Amino acid sequence: MERQNKEEDKKIDIKETQVWKAVFGDLLFGEFKPLSPFNSLMRGIAKIMQLHPYNMSVGGRRIITYTFCLGGLSVFFFSLLACTGAFLMIYYNPDVNSAYANIEDMRYIVPFGVLIRNMHRWTAHLMVMFVALHMLRVFLTAAYKPPRELNWIVGVILLVMTLLASFTGYLLPWDQLAYWGVTIGTSMGENAPLLGAKGPFAILAPGKDVNSILVGGTSVGQPTLLRFYLLHAIAIPLGIAGLMGFHFWRIRRAGGVSGPL
Amino acid sequence: MAHVDLSSDENYERESLLTHPKTATRRGLFWSAWLIFWGLVSMWAFATVRYLIPRVSYEPSDIFKAGRPEDYPMGSVTLISSRKVWIVREEKGLYALIAVCTHLSCQPRWLEKEQIFKCACHGGQFHKNGVNFAGPPPRPLDRVHISMSDDGRLLIDKGRKVGIDFTLPA
Repeated sequence: MERQNKEEDKKIDIKETQVWKAVFGDLLFGEFKPLSPFNSLMRGIAKIMQLHPYNMSVGGRRIITYTFCLGGLSVFFFSLLACTGAFLMIYYNPDVNSAYANIEDMRYIVPFGVLIRNMHRWTAHLMVMFVALHMLRVFLTAAYKPPRELNWIVGVILLVMTLLASFTGYLLPWDQLAYWGVTIGTSMGENAPLLGAKGPFAILAPGKDVNSILVGGTSVGQPTLLRFYLLHAIAIPLGIAGLMGFHFWRIRRAGGVSGPL
Repeated sequence: MAHVDLSSDENYERESLLTHPKTATRRGLFWSAWLIFWGLVSMWAFATVRYLIPRVSYEPSDIFKAGRPEDYPMGSVTLISSRKVWIVREEKGLYALIAVCTHLSCQPRWLEKEQIFKCACHGGQFHKNGVNFAGPPPRPLDRVHISMSDDGRLLIDKGRKVGIDFTLPA
């Protein structure tokens, strides 16, 4: 009897330790008794990020519906692109003399570099595809109608920013395809209405239009590579992340996803 | 400016005070604060856009010398790749074409066998004199001013566009 008590004293409940409580304790488990630590963690994350509405329909527990989580998968691809992009930034230098060689190194020398690069590339293609499919789903289920009309507009801006992220990333390998592709793309900017110097209703002088802002000169060169790199790695991802937060918040305000999900 | 006498009772009314130009209201403060805020925002937006437009170009000069006329054999088309200019030598003389497609700014190639300029991007084609005859380009290749400098070398000015019949007799 005495011996048994001693053994019970020796047992340490890890959830009663100060370290466990400091990390997980009051933050998530303080107010309510969770079913399991994992469920509680998920609920805490959902609570902090406001991912779920307060009430969900029974159908919402089904994952595979005709909406197919297309928006959620777009977010997943965006996160994957941010992670792989951060790894690519370690070996990539936006300099016209070394950019192409950096990409070659990434493919043939850097351990697992080809994996990271191809993940980034294919995920970028998938993100463009899934953002477009998400838009198609929203259109077909008429989810752009009130009270979601503002979210449709935000979504269109997000689509455009996704395409811009793709376009700016296209230049960075600095190969022939990229060089002439961006020459064409920025020349199209030069011929755009209002914003371009050669387009209809042109109000901006040559050298001061949207083409010059993108190219940083008169033809694609070192300033262009640097500008596209900064747009691709800083400006556009930050814009997408900020607008995505607003997009999700609007979903919450509208009472959740429009369909059975 | 209208003077409101506050000491007399008939003028001491809320309406007359509110409409008086010298009266400071909370609403006025509110709207002027918004005005200042949006004024600063628009100034910052203007400064940001202006900051992005480059003022200094680190590209090679538009005006450059390109050797002597006798360096270019009769009937030849020579690309000066660092300046994106073709020097063409014909019976009538020399002329310079800008090696930028008039469609969307790619660089066409000179095909010696066919005696045409052809653009790889969208298939625009130009005659030797720069006139477009096939594909999407809307106008001929730009022809620029070419002259003889004092030291007997060709002086090309990419900033001076000239007509389709301009040649430098040589």
